[in-house]
Amino acid sequence: MTATFENWGMSYDWAWFTATIIGILVIALPLMLAVAMIIYAERKIWAAIALRRGPNVVGPWGLLQSFADGLKVFLKETIIPTSANKGLFLIAPIITFTVALIVWAVVPFDVGVVLTDINVGLLYILAASSLGVYGVIIAGWASNSKYPFFSALRAAAQMVSYEVSIGFVLICVVLYAGTFNLTEIVMAQKGNIFGIVSAYGLNPLLFPMAVVFLISSMAETFRTPFDLVEAESELVAGHQTEYSSMSFALFWLGEYANVILMCALNAILFWGGFLPPLNVDWIPWFDIPGWIWLIGKMCFFFFVFGWVKATVPRYRYDQLMRLGWKIFLPLSLLFVVLISGWLMWTKVGIGA
Amino acid sequence: MIAVLAFYLFATLTIASAVAVIFARNPVHSVLWLIMAFFNAAGLMLLLGAEFIAMLLVIVYVGAVAVLFLFIVMMLNIDFAALRSGFSKNLPFGLIIALVLLAEMVVAVSAWKAGPVTGGVQPAATTQPNIEALGELLYSRFLFPFEIAGLILLVAMIGAIVLTHRSRGDARGQKVWRQVDRRPDEAIKLEQPKVGEGVKL
Repeated sequence: MTATFENWGMSYDWAWFTATIIGILVIALPLMLAVAMIIYAERKIWAAIALRRGPNVVGPWGLLQSFADGLKVFLKETIIPTSANKGLFLIAPIITFTVALIVWAVVPFDVGVVLTDINVGLLYILAASSLGVYGVIIAGWASNSKYPFFSALRAAAQMVSYEVSIGFVLICVVLYAGTFNLTEIVMAQKGNIFGIVSAYGLNPLLFPMAVVFLISSMAETFRTPFDLVEAESELVAGHQTEYSSMSFALFWLGEYANVILMCALNAILFWGGFLPPLNVDWIPWFDIPGWIWLIGKMCFFFFVFGWVKATVPRYRYDQLMRLGWKIFLPLSLLFVVLISGWLMWTKVGIGA
Repeated sequence: MIAVLAFYLFATLTIASAVAVIFARNPVHSVLWLIMAFFNAAGLMLLLGAEFIAMLLVIVYVGAVAVLFLFIVMMLNIDFAALRSGFSKNLPFGLIIALVLLAEMVVAVSAWKAGPVTGGVQPAATTQPNIEALGELLYSRFLFPFEIAGLILLVAMIGAIVLTHRSRGDARGQKVWRQVDRRPDEAIKLEQPKVGEGVKL
């Protein structure tokens, strides 16, 4: 795109700047729309599982429900508690929202269809997701209220615990693919199982890691079996208790953007991303575009997230910590050893 | 031009937030400024082409170390008046540390071109990603220091566990397998107590 703008007579700097801004908007705006629609979809999923109707009043089949909600929070007053730390109180939701968006810069929608194709893409995702905890901590501390503060402490401990096992799971994938670049990780999965199935998740050495990653990604985004951060029976609404109107909506949008991101990461790292699941050319004259496969896989994982949220009861906090430190961490460490051993054996041989 | 602008942006913000770390009245604000400084330093490293180090800086320092800092500082019950009264008492000590750091920086800058380690030679620009370059060096030339560093970290970890672990006699640990193995027929007993007798537990 930069080259096109240069042809139109712009200098390189301006062409690059305009191209980047357009690229960001092309990703961010559909993402916002997707968040609105996906909140509606999730409410419909829960409703179906609980034998209710779900939102069905605003617009056809209730499709405009999220926009009505958005308009409502937009028109309300932003209340700042008098004893709150004003600057930090307002910055916290902005941090959550921004961090949820910046990660999309490296998510590949097809070969070459990615905002920045950097060779440390996976590390960038780890770095950005480790920033997410600050939005929660700062919100909890700046509210100057007990429930948000407890929630912030819980959130920080939970994110740090599960990031450790996510790190090791990512190491397993990186070892297998031999690169940190997300596009190359997806391409390395092409025909991984007998040259037919394009998915790391069905590889016997990586399948347990795919499960660990799915569960850890639920814990990382504070989704239901692990939503102790905002367990309403204990902590009201957690770190969002003191927030109202747009600042609350930013938390909400950031949370769902993170959930979609985790769905995308599940699809990209273990289930072939933008590749078709079977490496067979069924329709020789037509290829289904990669982004459709990616979005289809993300929708599947989103359904799994919603399904789990509707059916599984909440963990106790000590059970959560036990799962993270005593089960996932040793398991993922074991698989790092197994996978690197297997790769050394197949690539170098025992004698080396 | 974009690179120059980005450099001045990151450099100014790094220095400004480093100054703010010292001058912020509230320790929590200090830690947050420190995080800001780490973040902008990572931006500077990106501009140098050291993307691996930049990402590690964000993951390790911003994502883990600073979270723990923030955790501790947030939970401290800080008496601001006592903090400020110690200012003049601790000033000479702080000045000495600042002087030592300044001297070290001067020595480091002047030794940069003389030292045998780098020899003032600029690294050749290659197309090899610097994760691979770093890995090749770590597992060939610097294998021994690398393994030693790993061993030291292991010892530190075990040491920390030994120092903080204490077995408490009064705590009843949870046995998860027992909870999982429980069956309804051994957990629930149906009784039909007669009037006025109650239930024996």
